[in-house]
Amino acid sequence: MAQVDAALAEWALDEARRSGATAAEVLCVSAESLAAGERLGEVEKLKSSRERRLGIRVFVGQSSATASTAEIERDGLKDFIAHSVTLARLTAADPWAGLPDPALHPAHVPDLDLADRAQGIVDADTALKIARTAEQAALKADPRIKNSEGAEFDSGRYQIMFANSQGFAAEYAGTSFNLGVAPIAQDDQGAMQQGYWFTANRHFSKLEDPAEVGAIAAQRALRRLGSRKIKTMRAPIVFDPDMAASLLRALAGAASGPSLYKGASFLVGKLGEPIASPNVTICDDGTIVAGMGSKPFDGDGLATNRKHLVDGGVLKTYLLDTYSARKLKLEPTGNAARSVGDSPTVSPTNLYLEPGSHSAEAIIGSVKRGLYVTELIGFGVNGVTGDYSRGAGGMWIEDGELAFPVQEITIAGNLREMFKSIEMIGSDLRWRSPVVSPTIKIAEMMIAGE
Amino acid sequence: MPMANDLVQPEKFFLNRFGMNQGALEQILGSALERKADYADLFFEYRSAEGLGLEESMVNHTSKAISHGVGVRVCADDRTGYAYSDEVTVDRMGIAAQAARAIADNRTGAHPAVQVGEQVRRHDLYELETSPLDVPLEERARLLREIDALARGYDSRVRNVMASFSAERRIVMIVNSEGRIAADVQPLCRLSVTVIAEDGKGRQVGTYGGGGRLEWRYFLEGERWKEYTIKAARQAIVNLDAVDAPAGEMIVVLGNGWPGILLHEAIGHGLEGDFNRKGVSAFAGRIGQPVASPLCTVVDDGTIASRRGSLNVDDEGTPTTRTVLIENGILRGYLQDRTNARLMKMTPTGNGRRESFAHAPMPRMTNTFMLPGETPPEDIIKAVKHGLYAVSFGGGQVDITNGKFVFSASEAYLIEDGEVTRPVKGATLIGNGPDVMTRVSMVGNDLELDPGVGTCGKDGQSVPVGVGLPTIRIDGITVGGTRA
Repeated sequence: MAQVDAALAEWALDEARRSGATAAEVLCVSAESLAAGERLGEVEKLKSSRERRLGIRVFVGQSSATASTAEIERDGLKDFIAHSVTLARLTAADPWAGLPDPALHPAHVPDLDLADRAQGIVDADTALKIARTAEQAALKADPRIKNSEGAEFDSGRYQIMFANSQGFAAEYAGTSFNLGVAPIAQDDQGAMQQGYWFTANRHFSKLEDPAEVGAIAAQRALRRLGSRKIKTMRAPIVFDPDMAASLLRALAGAASGPSLYKGASFLVGKLGEPIASPNVTICDDGTIVAGMGSKPFDGDGLATNRKHLVDGGVLKTYLLDTYSARKLKLEPTGNAARSVGDSPTVSPTNLYLEPGSHSAEAIIGSVKRGLYVTELIGFGVNGVTGDYSRGAGGMWIEDGELAFPVQEITIAGNLREMFKSIEMIGSDLRWRSPVVSPTIKIAEMMIAGE
Repeated sequence: MPMANDLVQPEKFFLNRFGMNQGALEQILGSALERKADYADLFFEYRSAEGLGLEESMVNHTSKAISHGVGVRVCADDRTGYAYSDEVTVDRMGIAAQAARAIADNRTGAHPAVQVGEQVRRHDLYELETSPLDVPLEERARLLREIDALARGYDSRVRNVMASFSAERRIVMIVNSEGRIAADVQPLCRLSVTVIAEDGKGRQVGTYGGGGRLEWRYFLEGERWKEYTIKAARQAIVNLDAVDAPAGEMIVVLGNGWPGILLHEAIGHGLEGDFNRKGVSAFAGRIGQPVASPLCTVVDDGTIASRRGSLNVDDEGTPTTRTVLIENGILRGYLQDRTNARLMKMTPTGNGRRESFAHAPMPRMTNTFMLPGETPPEDIIKAVKHGLYAVSFGGGQVDITNGKFVFSASEAYLIEDGEVTRPVKGATLIGNGPDVMTRVSMVGNDLELDPGVGTCGKDGQSVPVGVGLPTIRIDGITVGGTRA
């Protein structure tokens, strides 16, 4: 069986050249994982996987094509590469296409501690035991926890190898561990609510206590019992950390190069201008040691870095790969993201809102009448206009206290105004995902209900 | 590349390509069943896909992808073991079978040998004379450039056009421990147009597209590509003048076709067998009860020729069917895969689907739509004094446990005194699945299926689906605008 290694990448680059490519880039990903699920105290599922794929981007002058395959035997791969070069020849010459400026490749690839050296794939028995501990803690938390969608523990390991025809070649490995629990609470009338909570880390030993994860999931289900609809009105909105992070993701999408050069972003022409309240500073940092979104180089093979996307409310940079940077006449920002089968696109690395000084309790306490949002559903965010309208659930705040749970309402506004009216920022930043935020309070949004 | 003969007999494709034979399949299934398991199957998949995209009047993106692999599944009671590999070899499948069977208890005594033989008869819904993959790339690229020119000529406020065409061929084979073997060749393609319009006040986006299990010429017939382009451009231009959407509960008229996403979110997911077996759906235990107005009959039908959501056999080798979900307002049925049907003592409905060999199957929708009523659509609008007329939607989502669902309008208008008047900005609509359909007070005679662009996500797996709806009136659903 063929191996995915540096020799294969080198061979593929040579093969592309022999087929007529003037430049090429190879990306190989191999991954292994094991997922184990428990439900209501019984083993429910085990899933194990093993995959590797080879992706190649070939250039014939200014024309390019991207291709990927699971066939890594050299005989089959040879025809595949030749066909990719043919595709490139048939593609329009694009003045901005091409590999990055070779001077921008890092001379040295940092070790960001992305792979757990002590723990590889967690074996099925251990994984099931962790899932069981978490689910049992949820089931035992309260007699109203009557059902469950189960608990699942996943572990995975991947290896990325990157090489291009201008001499940059590097590889790195990463691991991930994730535990999620989804208990269901039921009230006397039979109405059900699910609660979900998870812990995730690149290092097994840094996961949170499974029993605590289960207990939090149970509390989240219980507090939704008795949810009701409220009247249509304007009110202050407090976003919990996970919901606030979804606003950061929307902002990053609008700040990404491809959205900007297409004119498909409400941030077109806003570089250097205030787009958020002066207390808002948002950082993108691909170099955080063991960070969930860290990588030693981006999808173009350029160094990742730490930078302010927003500083004191002012938009300081866009997020750019080589291609969108050229189109916008700017420098790439180390935010090229690359899946094996696609040409580079843009994504944030580790993106976070810098925490403020308020506790979540103090932020809720500052609201006379308003909504604490803990659930959002749907896709009602328009990156072109900034218009925002999503299904929401959470707790009604009355005189600074959480009064009762709310559901079947929407919250609506426009991201431009929403970021400018962030009044308070919490101190409760926790790293569980590549994009994270503390609790935030927005002065006012429209709530649609009864 | 697959040979023509392989496409007529896809069973042979895998046996030839990966050097498998019947004995090897029987041996691996036997190994999968070595512990105390009820059932095992092997899922083989080979997928080739090509895409091209136009931006700023250049067809500057082309891509090609080939993926293949095999998944081994072992079921014991309500437990599932699944292992997959992209190396399709007897050795690797043996390792996967060992991993998958760990789900089952140790068996005492021997189990009967597996004999592979009986071929499942599949429907014949989408055999193509010529795959879009075989149409010269230059011809596909030329159409994208014509779309660009047409959209830019539509209105001087059109600023940018993105168009893409993607096509794939998926070959699958399922062999199970009952000795049944099923195979299928599944073509799928899609043409999409996105238009950005800009005037002094702001910018807006419009999108449209279509596709299915179709040949290239479908897009040229009746100049469908022009229709897609004009609809995308018109939506962007119309939205430039959109006023803020209203907020609060109001009468909503949904246009026909794609707004059928309502059914997908409000009802379809809640009727998937897995959620009902586990009792975690807001619809659990409600078969035979009224859940909609008597005007509503809703079906899921995987057997419509050439549709994006249709399949000759599902991803467990069961031929697809037409399942009545709601009949004149009464809840009649669930969507089932094999596992959940067995555990609920029901019949599989051909809804066991998976994104790829890297995923275990689960109950999923195919084409979900409401049967037409008798009212002309004009009469439905005329009867509304004040309401919202929503004709185009982006995505939707549902919390199946509490039944709350959303879907987001991307083109909508106010209805004032029985007339469609001003366009309003996009807004999310939110409702309660088991309740919203009881508020359907008029059903149009104009059932239309969507143009063929839908993709459904569940538990991290995406599959192509279809929806359909006649024009309907809902007497009260919450509209999430910004205007009080």
